Amino acid sequence: MRVLMFGWEFPPHITGGLGTACYGLVKGLTKNNVEVLFVVPKAYGDEDNSVVKILDASEIELNQDTLSTDDFWRKVTFMEVGSSLIPYVSPEEFKRISSMDILDQTKLNQTIFRSKYKFSGKYGRDLMEEVSRYAVIAAALAVKNNFDVIHAHDWLTYAAGIAAKSVSKKPLVIHVHATEFDRSGENVNQNVYDIERKGMEAADRVITVSNYTRNIVINRYGIDASKVVTVHNAVEFDSKKNGHDEQKTVPEKVVTFLGRITFQKGPDYFVEAANMVLKKYNNVRFVMAGSGDMLNRIIKRVAELQISDKFHFTGFLKGNDVNRMFLQSNVYVMPSVSEPFGISPLEAMRANVPVIISKQSGVAEVLNHAIKIDFWDIDAMADAMYGLLNYDGLPTMFRRMGQEEVLNLKWENAARKINEIYQTAL
Amino acid sequence: MKTICFYFQVHQPYRLRRYRFFDIGENHNYFDDFANRSIMRKVAEKCYLPTNQLFLDLIKEYGCKFKISYSISGTAIDQFEQYAPDVLDSFKRLAETGCVEFISETYSHSLSALKNESEFKKQVELHKKKIEQHCNQTPKVFRNTELIYSDTIGALVADMGYKAMLSEGAKHILGWKSPNYVYTNAVNPRLKLLLKNFTLSDDIAFRFSNRAWEEWPLTTEKYISWLNAIDEKEEIINLFMDYETFGEHQWAETGIFEFMRHLPHKVFSDTNFEFLTPSEAAEKHQPIAPMHVPHPISWADEERDLTAWLGNDLQDEAFDKLYSLIDKIQMISNEELLRDWKYLQTSDHFYYMCTKWFSDGDVHKYFNPYDSPYEAFINFMNVLSDFTLRLEKELMNNRNQDMLSTYTPEEIKKLIGEYEQKLTELKSVFDKNSNDSSKKEIYS
Repeated sequence: MRVLMFGWEFPPHITGGLGTACYGLVKGLTKNNVEVLFVVPKAYGDEDNSVVKILDASEIELNQDTLSTDDFWRKVTFMEVGSSLIPYVSPEEFKRISSMDILDQTKLNQTIFRSKYKFSGKYGRDLMEEVSRYAVIAAALAVKNNFDVIHAHDWLTYAAGIAAKSVSKKPLVIHVHATEFDRSGENVNQNVYDIERKGMEAADRVITVSNYTRNIVINRYGIDASKVVTVHNAVEFDSKKNGHDEQKTVPEKVVTFLGRITFQKGPDYFVEAANMVLKKYNNVRFVMAGSGDMLNRIIKRVAELQISDKFHFTGFLKGNDVNRMFLQSNVYVMPSVSEPFGISPLEAMRANVPVIISKQSGVAEVLNHAIKIDFWDIDAMADAMYGLLNYDGLPTMFRRMGQEEVLNLKWENAARKINEIYQTAL
Repeated sequence: MKTICFYFQVHQPYRLRRYRFFDIGENHNYFDDFANRSIMRKVAEKCYLPTNQLFLDLIKEYGCKFKISYSISGTAIDQFEQYAPDVLDSFKRLAETGCVEFISETYSHSLSALKNESEFKKQVELHKKKIEQHCNQTPKVFRNTELIYSDTIGALVADMGYKAMLSEGAKHILGWKSPNYVYTNAVNPRLKLLLKNFTLSDDIAFRFSNRAWEEWPLTTEKYISWLNAIDEKEEIINLFMDYETFGEHQWAETGIFEFMRHLPHKVFSDTNFEFLTPSEAAEKHQPIAPMHVPHPISWADEERDLTAWLGNDLQDEAFDKLYSLIDKIQMISNEELLRDWKYLQTSDHFYYMCTKWFSDGDVHKYFNPYDSPYEAFINFMNVLSDFTLRLEKELMNNRNQDMLSTYTPEEIKKLIGEYEQKLTELKSVFDKNSNDSSKKEIYS
């Protein structure tokens, strides 16, 4: 089995969970004897090439040969996908893109394509342009390489997946790590939604990271349920445990929120629950680690409730600071409003911190040893916090059972399921 | 003649309502009246009423040739009184036939036998009184919560004057021995043991409606042939099960009522079995050996041990914290507190905290009002926190009451006078001191 896989990033150059998930998945696939050609918009050269062949889309040259074959252009109907992207970019960009004629094949200025296009690989202003460029490159790659299945991760690469499929006629598997509804609530970006839906419709199989996401794909995108399959994410930890000799720095117990401070993550519910706990129980501090567009609103609310002496903000944490934060924590809360999967509770559990997670998360489907609440149910959230802080049996139990549960979520097993899905798509 | 001994466990717990930590100290109503009432009514309509009627009919038809026995927990009887007096009436009618034996257990279907002897005895005594009051008979046979049994518990029960006790014919205890004989307690041989034949009991209680079972459908004829197939020397088949088997675990549509309706007739015509109550059976059959049970067993799950109720960190903390109150409980007489104390001990609360069913959760979810053992634990602990506060307050009030009863009004006045004088003295000393120090501050 040989897979042409389209991603947007790959460790160590990651901005979100997608890169980490792809890395784990690819490693799991190789253990299942699946060969992966992994394409990223921009490769830096220090990616882990031991498990996968990384192809840098920036290094792919589109030459006259490729572009002149009628066959190629007949198949590259994906260009129509690009047309819906145009209104999303700014007027200047629109002008630039149209002048490049990437939408008009009859007037195609082939020299632009002959040279290599430098992708930034970032989620920047030219994102839409990069998405469609990436699709052109994908088609070229599909002609040049041998593979059995195409696998595309999240909407940024769906156009590439569709292009590769139309050129190669090989089955396309779309992997949904998040949908526009998770990112934006009900205010969806129509262009992104359209790309997502086209990707799902064009796909032979759609893999979702949870049943929660599977339901969104079926109900909100109208995708045929029989081709949508859930494969829960897994998690991979360093075998070395770092920083365990660090001491707690405050005498009180600590309840932690760690994540982007945005609508999707439900930080406001965390504050209200904290306030309820503080009315009854004083030996505790609350920490909100992260940054995001709701931060100022949250700080204002904390001041309004007059709990600022017990409620702290750390800003964005990364690397070892995340681990240090876990070591200070007695309870970790993930009150997400909508979370396709949610890997951070697993990291908390790995660090022996009991977790409270919202039922509106994919990870709730795989965990037994966690307290699950509805994100809006601040009574239940506060009650769970209070219970974990006051009744010793709970943290003891979590430490005993949680560790084992988390270590059993292996990418190798997830990859086995994905390999089975490839087989059914052939 | 060989014996068939039917025994049914009738039990309903007082389920707790959702009790949050901010209710602690504010709200002392712990029980979910709505859930308790609606579950009781549902089970009454589906099981208790029709099954009681069935047995009344059978006794009417065959007289005391057909016999059965029950243990009804005190919490179930309390709920009959509250929500289902019709059910209580029909049990009374069964008692009046004289063909039905009611046996002893702990009032609140508790695990007290594992923790505290005097509490255990107290609860058994309370339950006995309740049975005497409603059923007009004094229980002579004992059945501990969920058939939990050990040598020590058996010896304790023997000391309390019981002649026989019911237990589980657990394979890991019996080994090659058969449950189809009467055994005795290993410490006190005067206590006879009737052991559940779990194969023949579970054929009715668990497998009856299971279409994947190779013996499905189970007809009366087939069951009779199994009864006849036992070793000819074996003497007694003990069929012990939850009463809710009839109509609730096995729905009426499965034919469970028809099965029971036809069973006695077939037993009389096609076998050499007779029906006896537990005390008659224990009287009739000679025990063949003592049964050694050093570690407690129960009738639950494959393991037949206590892990459904105790053993994980949640269950152990809740259980230990609950029984740590026992010395204080013995000092109070407040009826509401004592009632809540009884209801909080019900084993079901600990059963809800069991974590071993994450793998095969469905079977047990049916019995469980909580989504997870963690919720069950937090809820119970919140209630227990409030209960503890109330208990301490009650003790404080009692101490103050004691003051009032030990001293005459004159003595109390005298005491107040003495304390006031002491206070004035202390105050003047303090004032003098602080005056001195403030003077010093001025000069320095």
